[in-house]
Amino acid sequence: MVKIRSSEITPEHLYYSRRDFLKGAGILTSGSILLAACGGRTTPVISTSEDEMPPETTATVDELGDPLTSFIDVTNFNNFYEFTVDKTGVADLIGNFRTSPWQVEVGGLVHNPKVYDIDDLRSFMDEERIYRMRCVEGWSMVIPWNGFPLASLLQDVEPMADAKYVRFETLYDPDQMPGQNSPWYTWPYVEGLRIDEAMHDLTIMATGLYGKSMLAQNGAPIRLVVPWKYGFKSIKSIVKIDLVAEQPTSLWMAAAPNEYGFYANVNPEVPHPRWSQATERRIGESGRRETLLFNGYTEEVSSLYPNQSPSIFF
Amino acid sequence: MTNTRRAGIQLVTHAAALTPMGLLLFDWVQNDLTANPIQAATLRTGKTALVLLIVLLAITPLNTIFGLRQLIPMRKWLGLYAALYVGVHFFIFIGIDYAFDFGLLKDALFEKRYALVGLASGLLLIPLVFTSTRGWQRRLGKKWKRLHRFVYLSAFLATVHYAWLVKTGVRVPLVYMAIVVLLLVLRLSPIRTAASRLRYSALNRIATFRKRWRRKAAHDISEALD
Repeated sequence: MVKIRSSEITPEHLYYSRRDFLKGAGILTSGSILLAACGGRTTPVISTSEDEMPPETTATVDELGDPLTSFIDVTNFNNFYEFTVDKTGVADLIGNFRTSPWQVEVGGLVHNPKVYDIDDLRSFMDEERIYRMRCVEGWSMVIPWNGFPLASLLQDVEPMADAKYVRFETLYDPDQMPGQNSPWYTWPYVEGLRIDEAMHDLTIMATGLYGKSMLAQNGAPIRLVVPWKYGFKSIKSIVKIDLVAEQPTSLWMAAAPNEYGFYANVNPEVPHPRWSQATERRIGESGRRETLLFNGYTEEVSSLYPNQSPSIFF
Repeated sequence: MTNTRRAGIQLVTHAAALTPMGLLLFDWVQNDLTANPIQAATLRTGKTALVLLIVLLAITPLNTIFGLRQLIPMRKWLGLYAALYVGVHFFIFIGIDYAFDFGLLKDALFEKRYALVGLASGLLLIPLVFTSTRGWQRRLGKKWKRLHRFVYLSAFLATVHYAWLVKTGVRVPLVYMAIVVLLLVLRLSPIRTAASRLRYSALNRIATFRKRWRRKAAHDISEALD
């Protein structure tokens, strides 16, 4: 029998944009085709079985009782500078982004370096994690991710004793990611974690959200999610993971060394050099709420930072 | 200048200045103001104010270089509209975004340099708004002109406010800043004098050319008739 990968069956490069989605909903309810002529943008929508499935999640709130951010907001308000710096423009630019075939090379200081096909990675135990995502810009969301602990992937490649850090790299392909033509950043996007942070159970590799495969604007086909750090640490569309001895320099550390450090743990008391981090706006809410230490995960992660020196909050 | 023309320029100015507000209200009502509507409204009103200030500042050099005198009175309206957008921008920030929570605002507004320069930029416009009438212009005489030059500083501070707000690597604010600086340079008296001299010599040359052409045409015609 010929083995057919699921990623070959489902072309995942065309999705509803927010407007098309609303427009489509309008057509369904009103039965009027006139609505379709109102919008400026019309994107041909190729339906696949997965697209037609409604977003699914097992819960409606996080462990603090705060409601999930809507699927439309999660997939239409994105910081992904590889496409554009306009958060509402990313979803419109993903049309050419190919997430299949996709491979992730895991190597460096490991006994068992491997190149994983994206389908191999999907075979890691899949679970749902509802996490708060706090952006360094002062907004936040609650997102039901689907994925697996990074620890299980790292264990698979058997890190050596002198592997102290994990370095992640995003795909570099300016043809697919027009924002990478911007000369102001040193592409590709790089992020890093200390090995114990990477092995922590809260740290996951996400391949989906709301029960659906990850959309390009959210970092398809696979991304990191580290919920107690500012969002930029959760690197998207990963192609390379290296175990290394020295602390990696992330894209943001290189771009603005006085503004972004390696740790970037959420702390309301430590402002960004140019703006306050005391409060945040939860997307979907008006007004502001107070930002929580370690984004509300203090209990789980404080053991990683026994003396809580100021450096871990930069 | 005819009255219709003056009315036309007035109408275009008011319509253009009010359109962003209309679009903002429309998008707000339609719930089409991104997933972060308060931020979107703040950014849009701020950017509109800055653009209006830049258009306002461009009128003087446009007049110097191209002699578009009929635009001069529009500076007042553009300035007032810019101040209106700044006011709405500020109100959204303190009233809607921070819900007048002065504990939070103290931290967000008075301790961050981007917010402070924004505040300074906006406050600078207040005396200009109140002295924008012809009465005040007369009362202040020469001082009026000096006072209203502060609009350059306000616009420049607004671009600094913008530049300090965005993430490193976003260069759009620097473009605005360069435009404001260029407009200020065009205003400096040696450059201004040179520009107007250039314009007058160009106008003279055109006039001489026309005169000559007309004379030649008349000559040709009379010759042809002979």
